[in-house]
Amino acid sequence: MTSDSLKIIHHDFKLSDNVIKKIHKILVKHENDPRNIIQILQDIQAEFHYLAEPVISFIAKELAISEHRIYGVATFYSQFKFVKPGKHQIRVCMGTACHVRGAQSLLDKICRELHIQPGETTKDGLFSIESVYCLGCCALAPVMVIDDNVFGNMSAAKVTKILRKYRRANAPRKTPAKGGGK
Amino acid sequence: MTDFDTLVQKAKRSWDKLHAQKTPVIYAGAASCGRAAGVLPVIEAIKELKATLPLEIVEVGCIGPCYLEPIIAVQKKGHPTIFYGNVQAIQAAEIVENYLVKNDPQPDKAIGALSSPNGSETTIPSIWDHPMLKAQKRIVLKNCGLIDPQNIEHYLANDGYQALNKVLQMKPETVIQEITDSGLRGRGGAGFPTGLKWKFTRAEKDPEKYVICNADEGDPGAFMNRSLIEGDPHAVLEGLLIAGYAISAVKGYIYCRAEYPLAIQRFRKALKDMRKFGLLGENILGSDFSFEIELKEGAGAFVCGEETALIASIMGERGMPRQKPPYPSQHGVWGKPTVINNVETLGTVPAIIRNGSKWYARFGTEKSKGTKTFSLVGKIRRSGLIEVPLGTTLRTVIYDIGGGIYEDKEFKAIQVGGPSGGTIPAAFMDEPLDYENLNKLGAIMGSGGIVVIDSDTCVVDLARYFLQFTENESCGKCVPCRIGTKQLLNLLTKIVKGEGTIDDFELLEELAHTISEGSLCGLGKTAPNPVITTLTYFRDEYVAHIVDKRCPAKVCKDLFVYVVDAETCIGCEICRKRCPVGAVSGEKKQPHSIDITKCIKCDVCFTNCPAKAIRKVDKVDVIHVSH
Ligand SMILES: Cc1cc2nc3c(=O)[nH]c(=O)nc-3n(C[C@H](O)[C@H](O)[C@H](O)COP(=O)(O)O)c2cc1C
Ligand code: FES
Repeated sequence: MTSDSLKIIHHDFKLSDNVIKKIHKILVKHENDPRNIIQILQDIQAEFHYLAEPVISFIAKELAISEHRIYGVATFYSQFKFVKPGKHQIRVCMGTACHVRGAQSLLDKICRELHIQPGETTKDGLFSIESVYCLGCCALAPVMVIDDNVFGNMSAAKVTKILRKYRRANAPRKTPAKGGGK
Repeated sequence: MTDFDTLVQKAKRSWDKLHAQKTPVIYAGAASCGRAAGVLPVIEAIKELKATLPLEIVEVGCIGPCYLEPIIAVQKKGHPTIFYGNVQAIQAAEIVENYLVKNDPQPDKAIGALSSPNGSETTIPSIWDHPMLKAQKRIVLKNCGLIDPQNIEHYLANDGYQALNKVLQMKPETVIQEITDSGLRGRGGAGFPTGLKWKFTRAEKDPEKYVICNADEGDPGAFMNRSLIEGDPHAVLEGLLIAGYAISAVKGYIYCRAEYPLAIQRFRKALKDMRKFGLLGENILGSDFSFEIELKEGAGAFVCGEETALIASIMGERGMPRQKPPYPSQHGVWGKPTVINNVETLGTVPAIIRNGSKWYARFGTEKSKGTKTFSLVGKIRRSGLIEVPLGTTLRTVIYDIGGGIYEDKEFKAIQVGGPSGGTIPAAFMDEPLDYENLNKLGAIMGSGGIVVIDSDTCVVDLARYFLQFTENESCGKCVPCRIGTKQLLNLLTKIVKGEGTIDDFELLEELAHTISEGSLCGLGKTAPNPVITTLTYFRDEYVAHIVDKRCPAKVCKDLFVYVVDAETCIGCEICRKRCPVGAVSGEKKQPHSIDITKCIKCDVCFTNCPAKAIRKVDKVDVIHVSH
């Protein structure tokens, strides 16, 4: 439904034997029934992190439905992604409770720190940002989520600290040998 | 003794054992809110104690006062169980040890106590006398925060599935009559009488019928349903079974929003246990009632909370609403007669069956019977989830339960009912909260989301916020909603930027009217409510934006600038160092100044100034001065 979900970008996603095996498993779980297309796409996204174009074509053929039927459904729901997200997905709540407690400043701050806009991924592929409406923790507004970790009572100052922790955890280990990267 | 009695007896035995055991038990509120507040590291810290101190940890749901999360309760044999709030990982172990080993109940840190069965004395007041809990009447939330939601035996030991057992010996018509007599109305939005809905659906000839539990909870800023599912999933599922029995349905669906992963997990576990205990599938509890439940995850579309859109989504289609009639009771999922009820509606059903319709109808008002949960958030001191009899006044909710406004600011209004609801000013504080009255004031009950706003919240910006939401979530099927909300949003955006003209008043009203008259579904029909109510109750704020180009709450960024008050500034350099765009200049110990042409209004200087020397000043005044 949002315009950025329509940005379909070509990636060199390979339909390897292993990938096909995984897709088949998901299709079988949902009885190869097109009526379960939303659940199929959800499982596909859980497995591959986004809906790559070759995967959609493949599923369409397997289920004997048109690709546009799948895109029609998939683009309707904001959950589905067509571009590869970052390793860590940051979701910032824009619900009402968070809005009145400064969610916009929080989102702006994260965007400034990472130099990207909602819907985009950092160049190093580490983070992507999206805004969502309400994570159900409104009493602790403003709220953000990184992957499965929920952070309540957020502030701009906390953002820097939390992002630094994630960056550190992902930085290549310093090796005692010379020439070790940062 | 029936199989069911055996199940209950066994469950009660293990429940009693848990509460009488010698090994201490730590109950940790581990619902989403508790997790967001950091309960998981707290649990980890307590687990580390296990090496030296025998103890058991039980994860429970949320008892309601989310502002006190993380909450733990420590049970010690022969002593009262004590609740502690705002427990952080570093002090968790200490709190537990102090009580268990040193016998120090730490009244300063405690938020309340539960006396132990053998009545030991304590100076700590009962948890039920806590100001946030005292004025409540907990019917649907009765187990939340007290039982392990993942343990079906905890539910069974606390009257669980008694209502189902009772219903299986009743005629379906009698069950429906009981619900009708209780006066229960739908808790998902419109407040339609639940008994009547069941009756209409049952009366349909087609023998293939369905029940749907609407767990889409779309209101952004409300979490009643999430909390109930995470705290007591079996109550909702028992209600779903009873609805299925009452209309002779073949199957039930749960449609749960994807943003609630923990609620989904709780449902899945509960369904598994129900099957194991003979409460789901063929011949439930040995009766001839057979029923299946399938859980469907939503995929992030607000409109899918609307019943016909939800049904389309269950069938694997785009979640677009359709014209009614036919209603779902005639033509629902797979074209079959379908009852669709909200989580809370279903969660209330077992209590009504257990205690009788007369008992339930005692609570509430003439036309709005029973209790209702509300999520209390925004600029309120004690935020969280509450349950009160319908008809309770706003004053009781905001002041007695909520403790008044955060940081003692001025109470301005509440926004109730989410994007379909309205903004009700503080002047109506003594109005009772019930369906009719909220409609009269231009808002709706909705699912019970209350967002409290103070003088720092701009209601024009709030109206724009909601229109941005509905415009974004409009499915696009009908023109008044698709294009109307877009135009209304454009207009409001113009106004918050200070570019509004006096003609905009008329245009706002006309557009609002057209959208609500012409839209196909409830989303469009109610989308203008936030605009209409703010225009009615806060017209002067619109005038301030449109005519004076001022935002009284200093929220609309195009209408104010940040300046340093030279007399208050201590020259500490914090703002200069933190400003992300280098807009602040000034020497150490000298008053600083902000270059308003560079300033991006990130608010960093304002929130970090230790001397509170940064001021928000109406732009018109500053420009006036510099000319
Ligand atoms: C735009 C829109 C969103 C809705 N969202 C929800 C929702 O999130 N949860 C819900 O229970 N009902 C929602 N409803 C109301 C449902 O259409 C339906 O009336 C309700 O689920 C019926 O259950 P009840 O009678 O138990 O309230 C929504 C309605 C509209 C028009
Ligand atoms: S509004 Fe942000 S979590 Fe609900």
